[in-house]
Amino acid sequence: MKSYVTPEYIVERDQDRCIRCKVCVNQCSYDTHYYDEEDDILHSRNENCVNCQRCATFCPTQAITIRENPNHYRSNANWTQEAITSIKKQAETGGVVLTGMGCDKPNLTYWDRLLLNASQVTNPSIDPLREAMELRTYIGSKPDKLELEMEEGNGVVLKTKLAPQLQLETPIMFSAMSYGSISLNVHKSLARAASEAGTFYNTGEGGLEKSLYKYGDHVIVQVASGRFGVHPDYLDAGAAIEIKIGQGAKPGIGGHLPGEKVSEEISRTRMIPLGTDALSPAPQHDIYSIEDLRQLIYALKEATDYTKPVFVKIAAVHNSAAIASGIVRAGADAVVLDGVRGGTGAAPRIIRDNVGIPIEMALAAVDQRLRDEGIRNQASVIAAGGIKSSADVLKAIALGADAVYIATAALVSLGCTVCQKCYTGKCPWGIATTDLWLTKRINPDIGAKRLAGLLRGWSLEIMEMMGGMGINAIESVRGNRLLLRGVGLTDKELEILGVRMVGE
Amino acid sequence: MVLEDAINNARKNLILKKNVALIDATGMYYRDLNSLLRSLDGNGIEKIEICNVYGQRYIGTDLDDHLSIDIYGTPGNDLGAFMKGVNITVHGNVQDGCGNTMDHGRIVVHGRAGDLVGHSMRGGKIFIRDDAGYRVGIHMKEYLGKRPAIVIGGTAQDFLGEYMAGGVLVVLGTNMKDGSCHDARFVGTGMHGGTMYIRGGVRHLGEEVEVKELNEADYRILGSLVDEFCSYYGLDAEKILESKFSKLVPVSSRPYGNLYAY
Amino acid sequence: MKDLTKTNNPYGDEKVFDACSIFGMMNLKGERFSAKDPIRAIANMHDRGNGLGGGFAAYGIYPDYKDDYAFQIMYLDREAKKKTDRLLSECFNILSEEEMPTQEANVRDPPIMWRYFLQPKKSKTKSQADDDYILEKVMRINTETGKAFVFSSGKNMGVFKGVGFPEDVAEYFYLEEYKGYMWTCHGRFPTNTPGWWGGAHPFNILDWTVVHNGEISSYGINKRYLEMFGYKCTMQTDTEVMAYAFDLLMRRQGLSIEIVSKILAPPLWTEIKAMKPENELALRALRQTYGSLLMNGPFTIVVAHEGEMIGLTDRIKLRPLTAAEKGDYLFLSSEESAIRLVSPMLDRVWSPRGGEPVIGRLESRRAVEVIA
Repeated sequence: MKSYVTPEYIVERDQDRCIRCKVCVNQCSYDTHYYDEEDDILHSRNENCVNCQRCATFCPTQAITIRENPNHYRSNANWTQEAITSIKKQAETGGVVLTGMGCDKPNLTYWDRLLLNASQVTNPSIDPLREAMELRTYIGSKPDKLELEMEEGNGVVLKTKLAPQLQLETPIMFSAMSYGSISLNVHKSLARAASEAGTFYNTGEGGLEKSLYKYGDHVIVQVASGRFGVHPDYLDAGAAIEIKIGQGAKPGIGGHLPGEKVSEEISRTRMIPLGTDALSPAPQHDIYSIEDLRQLIYALKEATDYTKPVFVKIAAVHNSAAIASGIVRAGADAVVLDGVRGGTGAAPRIIRDNVGIPIEMALAAVDQRLRDEGIRNQASVIAAGGIKSSADVLKAIALGADAVYIATAALVSLGCTVCQKCYTGKCPWGIATTDLWLTKRINPDIGAKRLAGLLRGWSLEIMEMMGGMGINAIESVRGNRLLLRGVGLTDKELEILGVRMVGE
Repeated sequence: MVLEDAINNARKNLILKKNVALIDATGMYYRDLNSLLRSLDGNGIEKIEICNVYGQRYIGTDLDDHLSIDIYGTPGNDLGAFMKGVNITVHGNVQDGCGNTMDHGRIVVHGRAGDLVGHSMRGGKIFIRDDAGYRVGIHMKEYLGKRPAIVIGGTAQDFLGEYMAGGVLVVLGTNMKDGSCHDARFVGTGMHGGTMYIRGGVRHLGEEVEVKELNEADYRILGSLVDEFCSYYGLDAEKILESKFSKLVPVSSRPYGNLYAY
Repeated sequence: MKDLTKTNNPYGDEKVFDACSIFGMMNLKGERFSAKDPIRAIANMHDRGNGLGGGFAAYGIYPDYKDDYAFQIMYLDREAKKKTDRLLSECFNILSEEEMPTQEANVRDPPIMWRYFLQPKKSKTKSQADDDYILEKVMRINTETGKAFVFSSGKNMGVFKGVGFPEDVAEYFYLEEYKGYMWTCHGRFPTNTPGWWGGAHPFNILDWTVVHNGEISSYGINKRYLEMFGYKCTMQTDTEVMAYAFDLLMRRQGLSIEIVSKILAPPLWTEIKAMKPENELALRALRQTYGSLLMNGPFTIVVAHEGEMIGLTDRIKLRPLTAAEKGDYLFLSSEESAIRLVSPMLDRVWSPRGGEPVIGRLESRRAVEVIA
């Protein structure tokens, strides 16, 4: 059957600049470029190009330009380029159109319609470069009150025993990305950067590779529906355990790591046979109702002797507030909410773009609901799903999050250009692949530095914004909706966010 | 205001003896007091004594050089703010903002001071006999020949010399036991100019500060300030200078150079 | 409730700001003295206020009714008084009631103000503690009509406040004729609510009074945290949130003032790290548990309740506070000169560090500055 789908991108090469070094040929993993020896000229197969920008970045003379194919179908607000192309692909394959990363459709981001405050006259701003600005955050269950005693000669002494807490030096953690969806070198980079920055990285559902156990104090191990690599040592290795019920990119469905991507290392770490598909079922088959969740949470706590906080991660959906309340009452130490913009290594595009709700709304609703029920202290709330800047982080905290998870942003700092082709396993940046030739392209030394740099840059920006508001401790931002104002939002949106209109 | 009018208005509060004015500030609103001072100033009065001062603000502001004022009581905030050349002696404690953005002149306090002593000072000298509060010498600056100086006899609190850009700040800790530490935290945070001489240890320094040993030139400067300090309070300069002093200077004049991504 | 909130905050600001002057004076032996000196002191700090609010809290002023709850209520109209009187007779034994004695003074549009001495009706309290009963009834009165406001409801103490400079408000209430062992005073510089007498400080709940100088930037979350424990922040002021925080932490949870200071103005993480391990654990737990009550932003507060006067500033001391002692007297003031006016000779003068409370207690003879 001849395909009626035309190339998405056109590669333009400035032949005057091109020095025939063939870096583009070497770097492209999609086999787009090729060298014609006879004519001593580089050519490109446009139909293979995915606009990952690897060749353009590495071309020493900036000779390459990737352009969106100007051959567009007639402009149509309903029958968009994407809609038409998807239909043709489905007709030709009878399959589900896959994609990677997070929902790219417009009008689903509220961060950009929320604005922060600054202090003037009635309250001095604080300069974080010179005065203390505290970002330290503790994730875990907190009591409503403490029993304390003043002891002769000893001062204040604590009588209450607190539930286990994670100590974060900055309220940003690396979100779950499984080993298998991304490479080991990226995991190494994440683990090292998290350790250096005093925060945490999440293993995702692919287990924890042996060489990373030494970073255990900065690792959150995930227990997902496939239970890959989950054994007692694994549970003991990390500082916290996260039960994955769902993720923002594909709420309600399972996952699939194709057999081709299950290399020897993956097989070992996930504890499944080489070359078999790694299937994550849609539900966790031992959680069909809220009491089952409670059972699993306590099973994990027992397995680790109550020394580690247990998180539960859900995708942000319509009844997130009620579910979150259930999760807290089931004994979780933290609720993780992953919004519609959350990323993935592979998901059906139709689900990624149409299922789930924006994190901002879910977060606001969950935080308020937990407060209304008087149980907000019992669990921390962590927000995730397309957080792209330090302002998003601070706004998330002001809406009520204790901390945020970032994943796409972390990968972008390592080189990712969000081309959305992760599911092919051919990531030329060496990130979303297990191909050993490609994974070499991430050097963990440099990767760790880049990730640490991202955390540092964002943390400094957060401190500046806080100082501008006359606040020197993150606890005073957390849940403080008065620091936000909405612009271009309806009354109802403002009501759910619990935020006033600009000008009010 | 013409001197005659000033005298008439302040009749019950003012006595003139040759070129000395004696003012009883009881019940005087600060505006009236300062207005009186200004009118006396322009008219050949060289020395003023004010007693029963309870919280009147801005005393010493907008008066000329060569005027000498003795204050008995507790002057209010911003004593000598923007001052240009007056010589003030306070027989009592001062409140917040003493010497705020002072240009030149001298303030001698026989007692303690509140917060913000010498804030943004650009010249002149301030001497505090006892302790001072928070943010002493914050953003002191110097330019060409003008170098401000502050000497605190006791100890000072957090953010001492914050954001200092010039001048000399001395803390003597005379009421501290030998070898003990000043309590202040964030000393010299944001410092990018100027020098501090501290007698006694410092518990917590800002990141922008370096500790150095004093050299001959330092001892000359310090010695002269300590001598002057002791002369006002009848203390033993030699004994004070015997102890160990640390010199605090900025690490760089561009402390935030590598902060930004371009 | 809506009405009162609107009255206190007619422009619907997220919060009502003010900046001000504070003064406190206590006789540590419990000997009662007249308001004359506190009034002189607060009047001396005239320029810190703008004449749109002044107030006093006095303790030990009703010795003849010392075990009875002294309700002082302002009414915006007669209907409100009728309704409230009905509620009061339903819930309380009224031992005495009268319109508060006042005289002409330079104050703006005073409301009708009545004073009642009450005891809860035993048949109505059931298993509720008296204090909780009072609190509940006060909240009811304050929210039921929207035109009645209980501005004082403790035993053997009273709040006197209104719209005018504090010295004028004092004159209005014949304040010099009262004698108490502890006085706190406040001069206000608000940016709205010109006519509303209830907005002045001190803010009162049971026998707690708070006078406050500064602005709390963490207000949004402090308020939401307290709302989880049943408090309704109708006044939308920092002072209200302070008072509820004290009520929650000291009265309901039984924590000492030393610990409460470490919740409202906690030490930095770097300082906590340098402490002894037992203290480090305790201080860390306090911040983890009560982080939403950390009061960020500049503040000086003087909190009083029976037998105790407490002065506290924010942890980086953005607002002034001077403490002094002379004989049996403890003074707290925004400016030292106000203390000197009242007592030119002082035994000791000092400024407490940011986050460290100054506590005057009736039992002890010396004022205590607590250092961790």
